[in-house]
Amino acid sequence: MAVSSNYLHGAEKAHDEHHEEEEDPRQYLMYDPKPRGEMNAMVMESMTTTSWKFWVVLGILAFLVVTCFFYAWGYMIAEGLGVAGVMRPSYWGVFLVNTVFWIGISHAGTFISAILRVFKAEFRRPFTRAAELMTTFGLIQAGASIFMHLGRVWLAYWMFPIPNERQLWPNFHSPLMWDLGHNSTYVLGSTMYLFLPLIPDLAMARDRSTGWRKTFYKVLALGFRGTEGEWRHLTTAMNIFAFAIIPVMFSVHTIVSWDFAMASRPGWSSTVFGPYFVLGALHSGMGAVAIVLVIMRATMKHMDYFIRKEHFDALGKLMMIVSFAYAYFFFNDYIVQWYGGDKWTDTLLHWLEEGPMAWMFYQMVTFNIVIPFLTLWNKKIRTTPWLLALIGLLINVGMYWERYIIIPVTLSINRMPFTWKLYEPRVEIFLTIGTFSMFLLFYMIASRLIPLIPVWEVQEGQMVHTLRKVGKAHVPTVSEFE
Amino acid sequence: MSTMTDLNTMGAKGAIAEEAKGKWGMVIDQDICTGCQACVAACAMENNLSFVMEEDAGYGRSQQWIRIERFWEGEYPEVKATPFQPMLCQQCGSAPCEPVCPVFASVHSAAQDLNLQVYNRCIGTRYCANNCPYQVRQFNWRDYHIEPFHANEENGQLVFNLHNQFNPDVTVRRRGVMEKCTFCIQRIHKAEDKAKSEGREVEDGEFTTACAQACPTNAITFGLLDNSESLVSQLSQRSHGYHHLEELNTQPRITYLKEG
Repeated sequence: MAVSSNYLHGAEKAHDEHHEEEEDPRQYLMYDPKPRGEMNAMVMESMTTTSWKFWVVLGILAFLVVTCFFYAWGYMIAEGLGVAGVMRPSYWGVFLVNTVFWIGISHAGTFISAILRVFKAEFRRPFTRAAELMTTFGLIQAGASIFMHLGRVWLAYWMFPIPNERQLWPNFHSPLMWDLGHNSTYVLGSTMYLFLPLIPDLAMARDRSTGWRKTFYKVLALGFRGTEGEWRHLTTAMNIFAFAIIPVMFSVHTIVSWDFAMASRPGWSSTVFGPYFVLGALHSGMGAVAIVLVIMRATMKHMDYFIRKEHFDALGKLMMIVSFAYAYFFFNDYIVQWYGGDKWTDTLLHWLEEGPMAWMFYQMVTFNIVIPFLTLWNKKIRTTPWLLALIGLLINVGMYWERYIIIPVTLSINRMPFTWKLYEPRVEIFLTIGTFSMFLLFYMIASRLIPLIPVWEVQEGQMVHTLRKVGKAHVPTVSEFE
Repeated sequence: MSTMTDLNTMGAKGAIAEEAKGKWGMVIDQDICTGCQACVAACAMENNLSFVMEEDAGYGRSQQWIRIERFWEGEYPEVKATPFQPMLCQQCGSAPCEPVCPVFASVHSAAQDLNLQVYNRCIGTRYCANNCPYQVRQFNWRDYHIEPFHANEENGQLVFNLHNQFNPDVTVRRRGVMEKCTFCIQRIHKAEDKAKSEGREVEDGEFTTACAQACPTNAITFGLLDNSESLVSQLSQRSHGYHHLEELNTQPRITYLKEG
């Protein structure tokens, strides 16, 4: 995998006779530099190379978006929510499951690009953008899903604090208003945070393209030339955003959890929901990043240079740690409630364990906790891309079930046994397919329009990581940043 | 501008009503309720409730502002019936449905001390219904009132349910809005207007709600709670009276009498 260098390999071989466990440092991206021009050309090529398969998948996704997203939603608006499966007592259904799920997916991007940047985790460099793009596109789907859920979506602007003839201000006591405020902050903040590190790459692409692409990049690059002053301003802005977006990220999902935790319902009224939801979001987000990276590496040109075993290894470790933390909060939520023995909570837990949706409950525990615990400790599994993607997929299924259990399944049980009833999704199924297709469609289009690899970040990293010769050995060294 | 501040302070925790016992109240005697559903029918007639039809009603979308809950003890055939439990909006003094509405569609009325649902403001988030511990809020899943019931077999004309018997005093709700029992607020308003024109206060027993009016056994009593002379306030003091889910401190205005 590593690009070979005869001289170095010779040295390594001689060296290996004495120390068999010694690794080739060139397997790490940071110690395997390429000339800048070559790397830029590689990224440009990965954007412009498309096979017929790409267009076929794009066409299928576009068809699904038109039918399952726009047509199904229009049909639902015209007919009323009766075509969906929501009813008493499950007034909230798959639409909110999708909202929470997509906001969860969006958390991975911020975590990887902001928290890992702040902590200067070097392995983040080649895939910050791929993760950050998921934030933006995930939030679009989350926003669409929450609007689908409204009974009279054409009046959604009544939630905005704008002067109106009814002299009414929105009710800021409502958790939904907090949600609206926070999610719009998060969309704006994360989009800007996606854009800032993109500017140097857009300028790079502008200088290496012709035709409409040139115009496209020229407009987006905002005239970036790469002068000392421009870099200083850009770095400052990125630092501010990286630090500012972290509390936003934590509070967004906490407030999403408050939509449930603030309500006085068995199973919802829980004080641990905030951190539990944040960890759950990271859990599904990390899994989704793993899937995206594996697909990128398998389908796009030159990606096996940028995304390597070390990245899957690091991501696998992150997934395992997040899974531990998730398990901690999961048991804190369920065991404490179970021990409390409140009558309604007890009924609810029995319903989850033995009811018709028990299979979902056990799948959730298996996929979210058992499988990551059993597999991710193994380096071989972590560094096998398809296995990591599979584990990521299972985690995402598990996390989707988790939200499904928290919303419609928990809602089936309330304090009025006369109304107990099990929810079944109807048009929601199509709309869910629609949101997933739209996310993938946006991602695929973006993969051909903007560099998915932050080239300048990789180059910056490679500049400070060097191999020094000490005697016969090559020792990796890192010089100080900035 | 004063409207804004009022709504904001009231919407919070129904704080304004907390110390009061309530103005209008109801007592339901479960011991004499026969479960005949006359109140359910009367309520539907009075308040323009949609006819939901079989499929949706079976799926949990029946539109009933008052419903008769039926329970039993034991396994068939050794079944012991328990008293019927008519369930309607409890007009909580501290209502969980009110603070969660983002657009002030679910508000507390200062004049009548009732929970009101302002249909025109509702955007259909359904948070109020989720947060209602009594599950008495009804959502308009479809435009039931404009969907034809069936076609006339003789001349093929479409038959619209209830079109000829709508109560002109009550709004017809469209799809996507929440609704619930109002304690027949149109009757309250009528009585208040009449009393005002005669220069007096509304008296207890001057009028009653549709459900209480229709009840053949007088199991439902409606009246002024803040008048110690009234039948409803005396009945609500009975020792075997209880409030539903009292432990949640929602301060319901409906007292149930059971096994007295």
